[in-house]
Amino acid sequence: MALDDMYKEVILDHYKSPRNKRDLPGAEFQCHANNPLCGDEITVFAHVEDDTVREVTFTGAGCSISQSSASMMTEAVTGRSVEDAKALAAGFRGMMAGEVEPDEDRFGDLVALKGVVKYPIRIKCAVLSWDVLQEALEGAGGASGSQPHAVG
Amino acid sequence: MTEHVGGLDVARIREDFPILARTVGDHPLVYLDSAATSQKPQVVIDVVSDFYANHNANAHRGIYQLGEEATERFEGARATLAGFFGAPGPESIVFTRGTTESINLIAQGWGRTFLRPGDEVLITEMEHHSNIVPWQMVTAATGATLRYVPLTDDGRLDLTDLESLLTERTKLFSVTGMSNALGTITPLADLVEAAHAVGALIAVDAAQLAPHHAIDVQALDVDFLAFSGHKMLGPTASGGLYGKPAVLETMAPMLGGGEMIHEVFHDHSTYKPVPYKFEAGTMQIAQQVGLGAAVDYLEALGMEAVRAHEREITAYALERLLDAGATVYGPHDADGRGGAVSFWFKEVHPHDLATILNEDGIAIRAGHHCAQLVMRRYGVPATARASFYVYNTKEEVDVLVESLDKANAIFI
Repeated sequence: MALDDMYKEVILDHYKSPRNKRDLPGAEFQCHANNPLCGDEITVFAHVEDDTVREVTFTGAGCSISQSSASMMTEAVTGRSVEDAKALAAGFRGMMAGEVEPDEDRFGDLVALKGVVKYPIRIKCAVLSWDVLQEALEGAGGASGSQPHAVG
Repeated sequence: MTEHVGGLDVARIREDFPILARTVGDHPLVYLDSAATSQKPQVVIDVVSDFYANHNANAHRGIYQLGEEATERFEGARATLAGFFGAPGPESIVFTRGTTESINLIAQGWGRTFLRPGDEVLITEMEHHSNIVPWQMVTAATGATLRYVPLTDDGRLDLTDLESLLTERTKLFSVTGMSNALGTITPLADLVEAAHAVGALIAVDAAQLAPHHAIDVQALDVDFLAFSGHKMLGPTASGGLYGKPAVLETMAPMLGGGEMIHEVFHDHSTYKPVPYKFEAGTMQIAQQVGLGAAVDYLEALGMEAVRAHEREITAYALERLLDAGATVYGPHDADGRGGAVSFWFKEVHPHDLATILNEDGIAIRAGHHCAQLVMRRYGVPATARASFYVYNTKEEVDVLVESLDKANAIFI
């Protein structure tokens, strides 16, 4: 049944026990967004050192897809170089647009979100935290400080 | 399926709506989103098709037979609407593409003309965005002030401080007759009296009220009433604005162009009398004719019976939802509310709920319902909303509740 495709065990697991859901005081980069269309809202914090994303956390509230995607995002991105993190974000968006076949080695738990593609209206929920991460990392590798602002 | 519900033979009525025979996947369609838009009876579909097939021409222009037929049908629909709302005559009904355009017409046509710095417009926190944003726009442009009646915890207007909100500075009080987010029916008669007592005009957003409840604009003595055809079995882009003729006379047009003019010169133009002054360009002729047929259908059902059906189904839905453990926003008594029921089911996010229910063929709405002030007031990012209309049954309520339990099980 199509619903199983979307609400896979791994998604429900991340929803019920989100990883890295906390503030990150001293984070060099952060960004906030909300999708008033459905009530999903998210802030992503990133601690970057030596061009590496040492730690990524998030706070916020929303539907199971937006929250589990954010949780998976923090696990997938932590420890990567800033450039690689941005590439992963682009790849994830490609997967959600149906353009990229997910590489399980690279995406890990994230491949579970591929099922969301069958529900076009929910795709925005899945990519929300990634858009915010991308925005947050725009300033990485040069500019200091961070400014929370709304993203599309 | 039974049923006469509240005086309506719902089984018979459902046969009139072709879309209700649809399936969604393997499941029969359970359409619980009439607050967003209503389904259409075959007769309305036929009238629109018939217009295009047999009577199509521009209205008010053709000297030829077809032109006369088109005009007759268009103006006939206007007269039907005037009768439906108890208006003094067809000239008090301006055709628009719906409530949103109607309210913008009041804001631009009346508001721009009369509002000055120091004047106030009063609305409420219960309003749909279409009865908020036009007022934000016109008060910003004219220097007038926008104020809000707050809400009680149980989803009604908090009128305890109305005297300080509705004063001689208030020029207009614009309020919903029935909330699309909470279902609440507002005490219009009292509000009209209070507004007129301080010399303010009163406008009613009847987008939800008109489909569900008999309205007599002269008995209520409202100055404006805005309505949407697509929510009352009519086509999209149909609808209008009732205005007291004396008030409409004083208003400037919002849209300028063909049809609304009397004479055009290089440096100025003169306008047609009300209501044509407010109907620029080629109107939604076929659609308004369709709305006339929708009103005929509703009048054949009888608005008393329509309301009685809604009360009964809503009472049943409230009982079953509350029993199942849902949190229901807005009044819990079916007399004080219409059939738009906003709720949270346990911990399931409305978005997830709507997606899962869709698998069972159920159409509900999830989101802020164009009422972000309401959402914020009750501390929720969004709600799920089931809304009922003349073709809904108690069995459909049962299907809804069963699916809710199923949805919850996924998240436990």
